[in-house]
Amino acid sequence: MDPPLPVSTSEPDKDIFSGPRAEPLNNPLSETAAEQLKAVSGASSKAKGDVPVEEAGSEEPDDLFSDPLGESGAELETHTSNAPLLDFSEEPPKSDPIKKAASADDYIKKPQKDIFEESTEDGVKAAAAHVGSVAAEKKVLHTDLFGDGVDDDEDKDDLFKTPPGAMMKKPQASLFRAEPDDIFPEAKTEAKPATKASAKQPNNAPTDLFTEEPFTVMPAARAAVKPAAIPSANTSSKTNGLHSDEEDLFAEATVELSLDSPRNDRRKRDAMKPSEPVPCPSTSTSSSKPQPKKLEELEEEEKEDKFDLNISVTNPEKVGDGMNAYMAYRVSTQTTLSMFRSKQLTVRRRFSDFLGLYEKLSEKHSPNGYIVPPAPEKSILGMTKVKVGKEDLSSDEFVERRRAALERYLQRVVSHPSLLQDPDVREFLEKEELPRAVSTQALSGAGFLKMINKATDAVSKMTIKMNESDVWFEEKLQEVESEDQQLRKLHGMVESLVNHRKELSVNTAVFAKSVAMLGSSEDNTALSRALSQLAEVEDRIEQLHQDQAANDFFIFAELLADYIRLLGAVRACFDQRMKAWQRWQDGQNMLQKKREAEAKLLWANKPEKLQQAKDEIGEWEGRVSQYERDFDRVSATVRKEVMRFEKEKTRDFKKQIIKYLQSLLHSEQQLIKYWEAFLPEAKAIA
Amino acid sequence: MDASNKESALNVNASSIKISDVSQDGDMLTFAITSQNLSGSGGVCVFRTYEDFIWLQQSLFSQEDVPELQGVIFPPLPDKPLPSHSHTQAKVLKQLGFLSLGDKWQIYCKALELYLQQVAAHTLLSKNKELYNFLSSSESPGKQRSKKGIFNRLSQVMEEMRKEGHKDVDEFFQSERDKTTNLSVLFKVATEKFLEVVLTKQKLALACGHFSTSLHLCVNQENADAVAFSKICLKLSDIIETMKRNFEKVSDNDMSTLGLGLELESRYQEAKREMLFRRTCRLVELDNANKNVDRAKPNKKAHMEEVQKATQKEFNLISSVAKQEIVHYHRTRVQVLRDFLIDWCEKQLSTAQESSTLFSQYLEACKGLAV
Repeated sequence: MDPPLPVSTSEPDKDIFSGPRAEPLNNPLSETAAEQLKAVSGASSKAKGDVPVEEAGSEEPDDLFSDPLGESGAELETHTSNAPLLDFSEEPPKSDPIKKAASADDYIKKPQKDIFEESTEDGVKAAAAHVGSVAAEKKVLHTDLFGDGVDDDEDKDDLFKTPPGAMMKKPQASLFRAEPDDIFPEAKTEAKPATKASAKQPNNAPTDLFTEEPFTVMPAARAAVKPAAIPSANTSSKTNGLHSDEEDLFAEATVELSLDSPRNDRRKRDAMKPSEPVPCPSTSTSSSKPQPKKLEELEEEEKEDKFDLNISVTNPEKVGDGMNAYMAYRVSTQTTLSMFRSKQLTVRRRFSDFLGLYEKLSEKHSPNGYIVPPAPEKSILGMTKVKVGKEDLSSDEFVERRRAALERYLQRVVSHPSLLQDPDVREFLEKEELPRAVSTQALSGAGFLKMINKATDAVSKMTIKMNESDVWFEEKLQEVESEDQQLRKLHGMVESLVNHRKELSVNTAVFAKSVAMLGSSEDNTALSRALSQLAEVEDRIEQLHQDQAANDFFIFAELLADYIRLLGAVRACFDQRMKAWQRWQDGQNMLQKKREAEAKLLWANKPEKLQQAKDEIGEWEGRVSQYERDFDRVSATVRKEVMRFEKEKTRDFKKQIIKYLQSLLHSEQQLIKYWEAFLPEAKAIA
Repeated sequence: MDASNKESALNVNASSIKISDVSQDGDMLTFAITSQNLSGSGGVCVFRTYEDFIWLQQSLFSQEDVPELQGVIFPPLPDKPLPSHSHTQAKVLKQLGFLSLGDKWQIYCKALELYLQQVAAHTLLSKNKELYNFLSSSESPGKQRSKKGIFNRLSQVMEEMRKEGHKDVDEFFQSERDKTTNLSVLFKVATEKFLEVVLTKQKLALACGHFSTSLHLCVNQENADAVAFSKICLKLSDIIETMKRNFEKVSDNDMSTLGLGLELESRYQEAKREMLFRRTCRLVELDNANKNVDRAKPNKKAHMEEVQKATQKEFNLISSVAKQEIVHYHRTRVQVLRDFLIDWCEKQLSTAQESSTLFSQYLEACKGLAV
């Protein structure tokens, strides 16, 4: 706030910083120095992230703003002089504090990453501490912002996000000294219940932080630094865990920790992105806070959807003749959702329309990390049989199998909260005539294979190239891999079960015939009658076996096949995340090159080219931060999607198992009926 | 079958004959046979090998002093068990059918037991001294006659070709011969088909077992969602395991009742056919004798007539015994088949009820799973 700030960045701040580092950060982690360091560096960089915010809010002059930049610049350029800082400081126009904040943030982002990448290097550590101290110092002066943040934010889990919001509220506030006193008690009273509720949790760091708040301004600053530090420290899994704990405190102390923390992680990640860039407070507040909320709402909505939206695919019908023939299906939708035109929708769709829908959805949503359910594969052999018009059993079976697969496909699409919102989905369900999907003709089993291959490519690339910063993804991907293997194995088992069951059905039919012949050749009337009855019983049992084979197939084999394909889609979304990461890394490398070029120009003292270089750096910094946000967004989406997928999978399997049990029970009950009817016949043999 | 009630009848209660145990020593199966005498006072346990059974069967065949023996339907002895590992499963299965199934030759023992009971219950055969020795003497009977038995069979097959088509003089026997040929084929086929059904059920049980085991591999306790999914997998594994046991029970029921019954019946049909064939051979002999009498020169005519008369007498005796045997057999076979059918039906019913109870319990448990 005060002009002397740049001066104060030097030594005394270090003490200030060392305080928070030693206590609040240490306590929760209570681990090795290396981890502390990570946390510290995270804290420092994040604190910096907040610095511009407050600056913007306080409308401070350039020199103040130049300070964090100077620090970050110094760090980047291996502690060179303050020359670049001045340049930077001139850039952000006073009139637009927000933009300043954004650009400042961009600058800060860079050192932060550096810290993480080279956290083992002492020099960098020192730099981090230094930068951090500056930030901490500033924090001291602006604690009220954070206090406010705590206060304002009902959700609490968006704590770190709120500073921008708070900033917006009091941009002109000049009497900071007075305000903290008012605000902190409030913050305290709110924080207390939360901390009490969480008293059981091992990580009591937040408790300390909050209780300290009212006593001095300094600890409050620490408190502010602390939560702010966490999102930026996201790349370190340890601090990540810490943060999730903290979020639990704020958010839902009553909910089971194990269940909650991953979701909170997700939410945090969502929240983190919009908060960091602060490009436009209006969007940040609208997209940051509401977004995680929206996700939750959607998750709940989705549960209701199960009842609100019912899709069936029925009446497969051959249209046309010869090789131009195709199967059309009736897609009926029953819904109470207001987004649809009416409660009852019926359209006719052909197979390629389904593929077209998949194409569109996959194009739009998979780059964002969504798991787009794959449409059923095209089967040239099966369809050709239908086309040729062979009305045999196998072509009937094929049509029924496809019908069921299409139905399951659509149900999966609409049960996805984001995909349900897609206009193409609505159009598919509502519109009388769809434009003929042409491009989909090529998409078939081969196209899907390509996707799988891409995913496997990604796996190898990822393990080799991607220096995975988040253990969760690494483990999850391995889980997905092994699950794929397991499901394939199970699928093989179920298929052999189905085949044996079919064999049993055939054998039973043959036996029934043989018994019928025995019955007709038998002299003894009673025995002959009983044998004929037995032949009938065996015929019925044959039908039972046949039905059960169909149940084995449709309930389990197809379910497993679906999930093997869905796992392909899951891997594809990991692939998308990897791509986003790659882009970000490339951007960073480019930025590094630009900066080196600029440094050279500085050495060579060529001011005429300097401006252009600076512009380029600015441009690339923007891009890199965009890429990083993209990556974080995709990561968060992937995380959320995988969670959703797993929940859905469990629910799906449960549903199918219940269905299967019902079919088994029905079979046994029929058997009981048959045997009960036959027993008197057997006893009647004289 | 009627218990023997004549003077020298076997002093053993036919229905008390049991094969209580079987032990395998290399290729050799030894059966423990227990029986009680008619008064029910004393129980005997002897150990016999399959060779001993063959010897018993041969003794029954070759009772020279009993002419009517030719008209008897001999209870069929099951084929030689092949416990050796040198025989493939498929070969054993092909040769023995249902008898090769079951744990520890359980079905085979049941078949041998039935054989002994039928022999002991037979009016004529139970008089044989060798049977008493077989059932009560701790000494192993001799084996000298087994070679002859094989020779008999071979020559029988040769003759069969020529004499099978010989027209019968008796309407009753002609129709019995036709029907038996037809039925024995049908029963054989039905037995084979039923065997396939049972084997498929066993394969299904095996497949269920693999499936159930594999489901255990899907268990993952790492996070809450995975735990929920693991629970589902384990539940399914239990269900499939129950399905497996259901298949096992059903196929056990099949083989121990209807399977054994069909197998026994088709062997009996074969035995009946053999008896009818022996009678046909006598008929051919008689016809030849008649021709010889017609064609004979006067000086030999008296002798020929004597032979013809003797043959005629023997044939008549055999025919009357055969008629009785057939009537008796028809009565008992219906009874035996009925018992097997009822037993089978009841077992299947109770298995289905058991499984249905289990499945409905699982259904409730699954519905209650919090997911």
